[in-house]
Amino acid sequence: MGSSQSMSEEVRELVGKTGFSSDQIEQLHRRFKQLSGNQPTIRKENFNNIPDLELNPIRSKIIRAFFDNRNLRKAPSGLADEINFEDFLTIMSYFRPIETNVGEEQLEHCRKEKLRFLFHMYDSDSDGRITLEEYRNVVEELLSGNPHIEKESARSIADGAMMEAASVCVGQMQPDQVYEGITFDDFLKIWQGIDIETKMHVRFLNMETIALCH
Amino acid sequence: PVHRALAFPAWGLLFLALWMLPRVLGMEENPEHNNHGNEGFQIVTFKWDHVQDPYIIALWILVASLAKIVFHLSHKVTSVVPESALLIVLGLILGGIVWAADHIASFTLTPTLFFFYLLPPIVLDAGYFMPNRLFFGNLGTILLYAVIGTVWNAATTGLSLYGVYLSGIMGELRIGLLDFLLFGSLIAAVDPVAVLAVFEEVHVNEVLFIIVFGESLLNDAVTVVLYNVFDSFVSLGADKVTGVDCVKGIVSFFVVSMGGTLIGVIFAFLLSLVTRFTKHVRIIEPGFVFIISYLSYLTSEMLSLSAILAITFCGMCCQKYVKANISEQSATTVRYTMKMLASGAETIIFMFLGISAVDPYIWTWNTAFILLTLVFISVYRVIGVVLQTWLLNKYRMVQLEIIDQVVMSYGGLRGAVAYALVVLLDENKVKEKNLFVSTTIIVVFFTVIFQGLTIKPLVQWLKVKKSEHREPKLNEKLHGRAFDHILSAIEDISGQIGHNYLRDKWSNFDRKVLSKLLMRRSAQKSRDRILNVFHELNLKDAISYVAEGERRGSLAFIRSPSTDNIVNVDFSTPRPSTVEASVSYLLRENVSTVCLDMQALEQRRRSIRDTEDTVTHHTLQQYLYKPRQEYKHLYSRHELTSNEDEKQDKEIFHRTMRKRLESFKSTKLGINQTKKTAKLYKRERGQKRRNSSIPNGKIPMESPTHDFAFKEKELEFSDPEETNEYEVEPMSGGIEFLASVTQDTATDSTTGKKSKGESANPKQDPPAGLKEELGGPGPKAPQEKRTLLNMHAHLRSAAARRVQSRRSFHRPKPLRYPKLQKLASLPQSCHILPHSLEQEETQL
Repeated sequence: MGSSQSMSEEVRELVGKTGFSSDQIEQLHRRFKQLSGNQPTIRKENFNNIPDLELNPIRSKIIRAFFDNRNLRKAPSGLADEINFEDFLTIMSYFRPIETNVGEEQLEHCRKEKLRFLFHMYDSDSDGRITLEEYRNVVEELLSGNPHIEKESARSIADGAMMEAASVCVGQMQPDQVYEGITFDDFLKIWQGIDIETKMHVRFLNMETIALCH
Repeated sequence: PVHRALAFPAWGLLFLALWMLPRVLGMEENPEHNNHGNEGFQIVTFKWDHVQDPYIIALWILVASLAKIVFHLSHKVTSVVPESALLIVLGLILGGIVWAADHIASFTLTPTLFFFYLLPPIVLDAGYFMPNRLFFGNLGTILLYAVIGTVWNAATTGLSLYGVYLSGIMGELRIGLLDFLLFGSLIAAVDPVAVLAVFEEVHVNEVLFIIVFGESLLNDAVTVVLYNVFDSFVSLGADKVTGVDCVKGIVSFFVVSMGGTLIGVIFAFLLSLVTRFTKHVRIIEPGFVFIISYLSYLTSEMLSLSAILAITFCGMCCQKYVKANISEQSATTVRYTMKMLASGAETIIFMFLGISAVDPYIWTWNTAFILLTLVFISVYRVIGVVLQTWLLNKYRMVQLEIIDQVVMSYGGLRGAVAYALVVLLDENKVKEKNLFVSTTIIVVFFTVIFQGLTIKPLVQWLKVKKSEHREPKLNEKLHGRAFDHILSAIEDISGQIGHNYLRDKWSNFDRKVLSKLLMRRSAQKSRDRILNVFHELNLKDAISYVAEGERRGSLAFIRSPSTDNIVNVDFSTPRPSTVEASVSYLLRENVSTVCLDMQALEQRRRSIRDTEDTVTHHTLQQYLYKPRQEYKHLYSRHELTSNEDEKQDKEIFHRTMRKRLESFKSTKLGINQTKKTAKLYKRERGQKRRNSSIPNGKIPMESPTHDFAFKEKELEFSDPEETNEYEVEPMSGGIEFLASVTQDTATDSTTGKKSKGESANPKQDPPAGLKEELGGPGPKAPQEKRTLLNMHAHLRSAAARRVQSRRSFHRPKPLRYPKLQKLASLPQSCHILPHSLEQEETQL
């Protein structure tokens, strides 16, 4: 493990950007090199080498998220072909636990960031809406792990969830009103009351207390 | 004699006012009993001795249960005072009465009774309904509090008391350091029964609850070991205790806790396996749950392992598989029986605690000792909690705030476990047993009554995050599921082995091996949690609809605006090809619920005849106009104002039905109609129709396939139809609704026959032009109508099945709507129905 004395300028910069501690960065860098085969960038294929990931029903969505320009904060849409270590860290930083002693505002910001990541995963065509089709798609993948559930039921579950979302977000609709899909604001509404900040986190090894939340 | 002493409390309790009566009875029964052998054969004998013990037990239980009823008569009292405290007070009063009557301490809470019969149901209940995910998510925290916390409490309390004793405040006592430590170990443990009893009424947030409650369950191993170790040390004598014994003690802790857990897991495995094969013995199915869990308790008791851990883990591990394996009724039985046993046992425990305290022979008062014990256990609990929380917060994601710590410290209630343990002490070895007993009683009473009373206001005052009861939400479950996968994927990618990683691995293992082994094939299918929520929501909807209908005695309830919120979003799938699949799927999946629904509907059917006319009218009207909007959007919500309804009505029924419409207007005003309404009506219609098409009026429980076949026929039938028939088909179906409403056995062929509903309405001469226009389709209608009658019936009942879940989304719509759309596009005059005109004519 590297110590803070030997921290290079580069690492320091990354610490500032992503909020990881230098130890964590070093740890992740090792993992990054392992995944990329000592290359400076990772391509989608590299993720196929992770055996544990194979059982994950939504792995394609997750891997895609790593290359999503919106998540990388590079462009409003599209996919990157390959990502470098900094991008990798950017993605990982979405899963950093939120510090408890940050202010209300910052907490809200963190929350939004985390939710945005999730939202982008659902909204695969980057149009700012999770349409019924997109939702169905995700649900089907989610339930694909269970061989007993038919596609049809997955679909009706998605429909049900969408209906629920519509009733949460819009309330009473006019007869000719069309609910086109879940926007990010609606998405926030759905998540209201669920403390995502305590759920969406991964315990990174050597976690130091990090003062800043992006 | 002993039996007289035992008889008294029972009688005394039942006739509190006449508490002297049992004495008289008791006197009388003896001579009778003694000389009844001399009189030859007796027709009736009074054999109190014969039934005495079970009788008394039954009476005790009855008294305790009645007491609960009495407590809950006053809502004010129970909202302020926890039930456990009330029961203790009741016990004290009853004990006092008995004492006053007979000067004999009657029934006391014996360790055997407590450990073998009263404790297991409570702990099993806790384990079986344990929120596993929450529990294992906080396992580290719970274990720390349970193990370190309890050892800390025991050691500090024992040592401090010994220190004070050395200073001489307590006066002369015949005890040494080991006795103090023994006392410390039995008084240290937070009691699961007391914690549950108090915290269930407080409703703190789930994390806080699971930590305190989990601690109280898991500290059993520590308590048992500490107790046994010090007990044997005391009997050995302080000078003979060697270092080896101490090491043995530590080893025994691991053996006792691990062993208990292992026993529990093994029995859980057995239990799950057994329930997999109980398909043909449904009646005794619930019994297995109790018997095997109880065996796990007894087995680990036999092996001197932690019995509480065993039965807790047995319940926790088996719950998933057992719930999946046993039938719904059995699951309900298990749930209720378990709750009943647990709550009954709890009631008895607290009442007996009160009664046991009324016995002057056990009371040895030592102010300093008792007060200091109270102070020490409170203070050290606080210190222990703060220290451990400080340590934990370094690692915990969800920090435990100061408020949480206060509640945790304050929630450290002692209870019957401590009491039972202290009564178990051997008086010959522990010279000051009585002092220990009285102190324990005081501590238990203090914590349960005083802290139990004050914890609720405290929680409110501190604004502790309360637990919120949330309806299961599909979105939440879906996102939650997605989350689990994402997190474990991130852990995989970043190469960490964390909580999510382990959980992921476990759930994979569970799915691949355990579930296959322990679950029925049919159960494996439906065990997905998301599907469960889905199913649950559907079931709830269906039940609430039926219940609401029954409450109001009619179908009219569906018009209430409150139900609009949930039901009126509509999905139309623009892919007719998927319709078949969805129908068959739903038919297969939901047969049981459909049956349930059907029976309820059948019942209701009888009670709604009066309102049928209105209802039918609504159905018809909705059935006709809805499709127009249907095709406009992929995903839309229909919210119809009553004004629009009226407009629609007029559009459709403008001429012939004008009069009839007038009579309904009043009922319809201010009413919102929903898709669901229509659907439900249709289901009702379907029922009705089937009823009417079968001669003896019985509703057959059709097999889904049968229904499905009809559906297909209907498809074939409607496709080749030409324009001329379009107008007739839906409309004649519609009018048939009206006709069948008021006729018990619809005679389909009699087109001219008047239905009561129609004859009741004021009739008007239909415009002459209309009559002429309708001349064409008129003659054709009768034969067609007969066919259509059945078709509609089955179409609708199929629709009903689909719609019985609000989330099944009306898939078949694309089938029906083409016709209906055409209908809508026809000229107004064509909408008039031949029969209705005919009927009106005949009347005139």
